[in-house]
Amino acid sequence: MKPTISVVLLATLCAQLNAADWLQFRGPGGTGISPEANLPVELDAKSVTWKVALTGRGLSSPVIVGDKIFVTACSSTEQDRLHVLCFSAKTGAKLWERQFWATGRTMAHPKTSVAANTPCSDDKRVFCLFSSNDLLCLDLDGNVLWLRGLGRDYPNASNSLGMAASPIVVGDTLVVPVENDSESFSAGIDVATGANRWKRDRPKLACWATPVLVPDAKSGQPLVVLQSGPGLSVVDARTGREAWYFTDGASTMSSSVFAGGVLYVPSKGMAAMKPGAVGVHPETVWHNNQLSPATASPVVLGDKLFTLNSAGILSAADIKDGKRLWQLRTTGPHSATPVGFGKHLYLVNEKGLVQVVDTSAPEGAVVSTLDLKDTIIGTPSIAGGAVFIRSDKALVKLGGS
Amino acid sequence: MKPLCLLLLGSALTTVPAHADFKSDIAAIRQVGGEGKGNPQAGTAWQSLAKGDAKSITSLLAAMDDANDLAANYLRSAVDAIVDRELAAKHTLPQADLEKFIADTKRNPRARRLAYELIVRVSPATGEKLLPTFLNDPSVELRRDAVQRLIDAADKALAAQDKAAATKEFSNALTYARDEAQIKKVAGELRKLEQPVDLPKHFGFLTHWKLIGSFDNTKLVGFDTAYPPEKAVDLAASYDGKLEKARWVDVATANDYGMVDFNKPFGDLKGVTGYAFTEFNAATALPAELRLGCKNGWKVWFNGKLLFGRDEYHRGARIDQYRLPVELKAGKNTILVKVCQNEDVKDWTKEWEFQLRVCDASGTAILAKDRPATPKGPTTAKADSKKGTK
Repeated sequence: MKPTISVVLLATLCAQLNAADWLQFRGPGGTGISPEANLPVELDAKSVTWKVALTGRGLSSPVIVGDKIFVTACSSTEQDRLHVLCFSAKTGAKLWERQFWATGRTMAHPKTSVAANTPCSDDKRVFCLFSSNDLLCLDLDGNVLWLRGLGRDYPNASNSLGMAASPIVVGDTLVVPVENDSESFSAGIDVATGANRWKRDRPKLACWATPVLVPDAKSGQPLVVLQSGPGLSVVDARTGREAWYFTDGASTMSSSVFAGGVLYVPSKGMAAMKPGAVGVHPETVWHNNQLSPATASPVVLGDKLFTLNSAGILSAADIKDGKRLWQLRTTGPHSATPVGFGKHLYLVNEKGLVQVVDTSAPEGAVVSTLDLKDTIIGTPSIAGGAVFIRSDKALVKLGGS
Repeated sequence: MKPLCLLLLGSALTTVPAHADFKSDIAAIRQVGGEGKGNPQAGTAWQSLAKGDAKSITSLLAAMDDANDLAANYLRSAVDAIVDRELAAKHTLPQADLEKFIADTKRNPRARRLAYELIVRVSPATGEKLLPTFLNDPSVELRRDAVQRLIDAADKALAAQDKAAATKEFSNALTYARDEAQIKKVAGELRKLEQPVDLPKHFGFLTHWKLIGSFDNTKLVGFDTAYPPEKAVDLAASYDGKLEKARWVDVATANDYGMVDFNKPFGDLKGVTGYAFTEFNAATALPAELRLGCKNGWKVWFNGKLLFGRDEYHRGARIDQYRLPVELKAGKNTILVKVCQNEDVKDWTKEWEFQLRVCDASGTAILAKDRPATPKGPTTAKADSKKGTK
């Protein structure tokens, strides 16, 4: 099967039931790119459509299904109270909130928190993972469907710095990365019952990278890229069986991105490869050791790949050969991954400064900024003509009606 | 069966909702277990229970008695759903029943805290009136809020330069405080007021240990290697260590947070394993927790039985990082701690240390009947209770 057809198949599987939805970390296909066109570019104070306070801290991204926005948060001095909040995307009104007690460890570095992992949705349910390894499944109206305490089940699966990798849903399987220095694993979980379909031991190494999907080079069926320091293990979502692997190292912080039939892996800089299959090794397209992202994950927009280091240098590279085209100094420090649409990227620094970058300008250009004046570590989400940004205290809507 | 008895007792003390399935729904939720066991039944029961009215709230809270933590989460989120719906419909909550529930300190502490928050939601004045009654409460959160009132009063007295009143309020706060941040604040203020504070004793940190080192942990082999102290603790014995003869040495820590530092007697070593041993002479048999803070690989044995071990290195340490339930027996109990140091040479990986305290579930110190006096010495070196690392 030709790669292009494979990509189409994968795109079909990943297709948002509603194109305006943003169902996981970095949205559609984990790319960080919205298919929408009418998003705010010239930001100013009037761009804030609404702002609502959140019950607790967090850096997970908002997930958006139709008019509903789902956000996780944590509260209490031990961060052991876990919140799932649902707001109206249109008005910001809180529609419901459910609270749970953490069943696993809640220790985390002060920069992060227990509400670090971004939830995901299959358009019917929302799956919320926390750093305590509590995994909660609710329907869109706040009805509890099932609960798991992965820290109860696997008592050494934790990270004293905090966990942050996000789950993704693939068909009827929820893929949950619980990669850490001790009892390290990833699991495929039945979305209907919360039971394990598979559980795969992973390198004993803390890892904060979120899985992405790639098509099997032979069948076009979706495979899950599990990332860790030693490299990649690419597995079947329903069985957890490894189809192919990559052993030349990978980042434990920034996640890979798949776009245009190519997987871009933060690996000793950036490695671009065409995915493999059982018995088919991935095909290296290019490697550039000058493109090293920090915490933020790479993003592909048009014919360029972008990486962002923690100091705020945005690097643009040609996706065909990995050659660096330009660098733009933005205002850092950054933890959030850029998201974008058309030719623009939204960058949000840790102090809450939103910067809109026109990537079509010869050397890239910051075309507008908006200071939200709050700690922002989480990656923005895009839906319904608006950008949703969660700070450590609030949820903000920029643009939209 | 104990949980069922408690559940029935709980039902007898609260208004049992009329619908026939209530008990079976509760039973379905209370049987949830590991790896998703019982989730389909619990999910179905949740849908049914969440449709209940305000009268069912105290029964749901009562069902948390002795429930496992997953079941408690199903139950508390059902309460959330009921309360949201009832309040949106302008219905009242059963405030008198909730107050009765809170007054029964044998109830699940978290369920009581939830009951309190519901009262605060509908009647903040009632919540404010109840707060002072929680100073010695088994619920850590209720106690924390009650203690905070004392701290606020002390701060106010301090601002008015009334040192005597501030000292009295801070001293009172320290008596009841179990929250580490509150204790740290109060102890600091009392010391500024030139009042003596014995923090290790307040927390129940064990300060006197026998240490032996160092055995090998090159390539992290030490964690799974049973060196002689794991087989039998012989305080007179010496063994072939990694670099030299390993012998037991006495260590007494004056650190406010009971930190026991292997680097002090053995040098700043890397790729090594050490052990610490002590005895705890309990006045009576009772349930307790050993609470450990450690950023190295570690294992803990209590009365010769391995409680838990963890092979994570230099990701951070803090007070009460790990809670290990034990049953103290009257008289002598033994505690053996294995602490493994890795070979990383970065400057933030030097620590080879641990802290361990004995307390009850609320964090109240349980002191050995022959507890030695807290050693004199520097109390603040490495005293940070929360050490984030890269």
